[in-house]
Amino acid sequence: MSEPTTDVIQGTLDMLILKTLSLEPMHGFGIARRIEQISRGVFKVNPGSLLTAFQRLERASLLDAEWRQTESGRRAKYYSLTRAGRKQLDVERTSWSRRAAAVARLLKAEA
Amino acid sequence: MSLWRQLMHGFRALAHRAAADKDVSDEVLHYLEQATRAHVANGLSLPAAERAARLEVGNLTVAREDVRSSGWEHKVETFVGDVRFGARRLRSTPAFTLIAVLTLALGIGGATAIFSAVNPILLQSLPYPAAERLVEVVETGSGGGRSNGTFGMYHELAARLRSFEALAVMKPWQPTGENIDEPRFEGQQVSAAYFRVLGVAPAIGRDFASLDDQAGSPNVIILSDALWRRRFAADPGVIGRSVRLNDSQYTVIAVMSAGFENVLAPLADVWTPLQYDMSEGRAWGHHLRTIGRIKPGVGLDAASAEVGAAGTSILKDLRPATYDEATTLSAASLHDEFTRAIKPALLVILGAVAMVLVIACVNVANLLIARGVQRRGEFALRAALGASQGRLVRQLLTESLLLAVIGGAVGMAVAAISVKALVALSPADLPRASAIRVDRSVLLFGLLVSTVIGAVFGAFPALEAARSDPHQALKEGTSRLTGGHRRTRGMLVVGEVALATMLLVASGLLLRSLQQLFSVPVGFGSSGVLTMQVQTVGPRFSDADETTRYFAEIAEAVRTVPGVASVGLTSQLPLSGDRDEYGARFAATATQPEQTFSVFRYAVSPGYLETMQIPLRQGRTFTAQDDAGAPRVAIVSASLARRRFENRDPVGERLMVGSTGPFTIVGVVGDVKQVSLARDEPDAVYLPTPQWPFIDRTLSLVVRARGDQPPVTASIREAIWSRDRSQPILRVASMDHLLASSAAERRFALVLFEVFGVAALLLASAGIYGVLAGSVAERTREIGVRTALGASRSSIVSLVIRQGMLLTVIGTTIGLAGALAFSQVMVSMLFGITRLDPTTYASVTLLLLTVSAVACSVPAWRATRVDPAITLRAE
Repeated sequence: MSEPTTDVIQGTLDMLILKTLSLEPMHGFGIARRIEQISRGVFKVNPGSLLTAFQRLERASLLDAEWRQTESGRRAKYYSLTRAGRKQLDVERTSWSRRAAAVARLLKAEA
Repeated sequence: MSLWRQLMHGFRALAHRAAADKDVSDEVLHYLEQATRAHVANGLSLPAAERAARLEVGNLTVAREDVRSSGWEHKVETFVGDVRFGARRLRSTPAFTLIAVLTLALGIGGATAIFSAVNPILLQSLPYPAAERLVEVVETGSGGGRSNGTFGMYHELAARLRSFEALAVMKPWQPTGENIDEPRFEGQQVSAAYFRVLGVAPAIGRDFASLDDQAGSPNVIILSDALWRRRFAADPGVIGRSVRLNDSQYTVIAVMSAGFENVLAPLADVWTPLQYDMSEGRAWGHHLRTIGRIKPGVGLDAASAEVGAAGTSILKDLRPATYDEATTLSAASLHDEFTRAIKPALLVILGAVAMVLVIACVNVANLLIARGVQRRGEFALRAALGASQGRLVRQLLTESLLLAVIGGAVGMAVAAISVKALVALSPADLPRASAIRVDRSVLLFGLLVSTVIGAVFGAFPALEAARSDPHQALKEGTSRLTGGHRRTRGMLVVGEVALATMLLVASGLLLRSLQQLFSVPVGFGSSGVLTMQVQTVGPRFSDADETTRYFAEIAEAVRTVPGVASVGLTSQLPLSGDRDEYGARFAATATQPEQTFSVFRYAVSPGYLETMQIPLRQGRTFTAQDDAGAPRVAIVSASLARRRFENRDPVGERLMVGSTGPFTIVGVVGDVKQVSLARDEPDAVYLPTPQWPFIDRTLSLVVRARGDQPPVTASIREAIWSRDRSQPILRVASMDHLLASSAAERRFALVLFEVFGVAALLLASAGIYGVLAGSVAERTREIGVRTALGASRSSIVSLVIRQGMLLTVIGTTIGLAGALAFSQVMVSMLFGITRLDPTTYASVTLLLLTVSAVACSVPAWRATRVDPAITLRAE
């Protein structure tokens, strides 16, 4: 591994899930793997937190869930973004960009 | 929308727990499978991939639990689990549960029952629209005594007052129906605006109009809903029908609604206009109550000031003979007036029942702590297995709440029964007695009290548990214990004893007051005297001479009944609720100015003073020669004679009674209690019945038997009816009975306090017993060692007794100090003793020491039975 892995920055997990699902419906492991891959292994998602977040987002009407049968005969839960979820993603994206830019500016000023 | 989804998901999870669990579990397993597959794809062998995946996912159970505990329904589940567990625990110790539930039920039930009385009487406003604008006009004499209003004053006030919407006067009215044997109707004679002042209108028919209230108008009545249903089968056609009351025809003009509560005369079923004739001269007699409705926007103080000013100027303008010059008028909130007599007693009773409730809670808290001690091992184990302290506290609180709610539910049943007993026991004039019941607000109160006390007494053992260190507790197991909780329990018992002391002192003070009250000289001989009201009904009694003759005849007829020693008639009977006051005016002389005193006026027959055994101090009593044609004579009470004439001889002096007179004083008699045993209002004037110009159509008959037993009612009734079968006889009662019921309110308070006091004593002694028994059980080993080392039985006994008595002595001392403070609010309920009555305090102290000595003796005896061999072997 080129970079050390860390936990997802606190409070950003929901946003990362929403972003990941904005491309296509996915199951839990897929989402975890996608976050890991896109962050190039920097973020490692704890499955417990992930599944809990799903339940929370689903109840908040940001996600829809659907059970599908896998080829190995298991049930798999696929999540997709709702319209409210899409809106929420925009809100969080804007807010994150602003905050990240602010942090970046602060760090630059320090240097 | 989102909240809805939250709820729906939560409920689904709750209702289909297995399916919800399977969903979570499937999701986790699928995750695991995908992770394994990914590792295999990366080139790991299957077992290695599985291990790596599992490492990644972590503990499966933990992941599942994480998801499961994130929803709100999880909290519900924990709570349900706690309740189930708590219920199991309670079921496994039935004796503990029974005692705790009964103790709580007693406390909560008692408090709820008292609240059900306090709520409608003191807390709720009167059941009328804008009830805060209702006032009563109050007349206060020079001595601070109050008197009833007069029609004349009402008439003048109604013409002068600007800040009132309406003003009305009323007096009780008890007409006879067509059938002479049935009880009379309860009713009121009112001025036309009565219902308008209250802000209510009839359900059917029309309200009284001012024309109905004029002298000589046709007779009309309004019926209560209850009477309309009882007697007229709720027939709406009753309007316009004619009914016969008091031998005259009355036309029904309206029926009140079922919801109308007539708080000023709760039993009233019929209302008729007063139809006062101002020209008759009776207009200034004090026998009416005056109420009014203030205009919106006018304050009570302003209205009262206006009434005061108007009253003063009316008295100055008209100088009515029945008013003492110093009389002042004011307006007081009707609700306050209405609860004035009962309020102090109710508040004190409320305080007392709150104390009983606290004692009950303390007892249960004590039981819970004792149980907490036994369960210390269990909690230590649970803590060691990872239960957080918060979780344990929540468990304990759930259990105590469960206990409180069960206790509360049983308490509601206790309350429902006690409320019935309370109403049955209550003095007849308890206001709004019909509104005292267990209704929604009372249930709410009970629920609130249960919850609060569940949380409060649950907090003690919970805090104990939270404080304890699991390592320590586990090491100790359950057989040997530290004594930290003993101090808490000891303090609780001290508090309990203190409260019980206060309650017992309060009931002792009331008991002694009642004793004192009944030893007050009433001024007449009550035993062996039968009383009843005799009335004259019908057109022939509009003639004064006919009425006088009739009363003389029945007195004569009763005198001949076997066993009757003497007979008398009076216009008002002492301690019967009668109250007829007039101004007695003495004209100015060379040495003294003119003076008016408010006096009770008795129109009596010859033989009344003798029958009542009211002692003659000077002069003579009345004879048959003092008739309508003879010179007007009067007998005055000793107090009135002293007030006007000091040491001089009043016989031969003259006075006016109201506007009638002058009467020449021919005798002086002893003072009599008229209104109540506790009131000192002895000024009285006795006049011969035929010499009073406004014939009294209702008189009270007093009959003295030869022995101590009152004569047989039936034969006296027969003797009266031998003259005229159509004349009603009412209010038959022995004088002793009237005497006893005149103190009904005090007796009521006393009964309640006795019940509370005894309950408090029992609970407190159970508390002392519980603590000592627990302490002896815990110290078995110590006692065993002491015995083995040669301690004598008596030293063991004194060890235990000393511990118990120390608690009692501290508690009693605090309680006596508390009682000194508490008795301050009871002063108005006491009579003949001070609130510091030493007898009461001493006997309560003795009682408590005795009872707690008994409570100590059982554990002490048990301590002596400890066999050192067994306790030491157990080590």
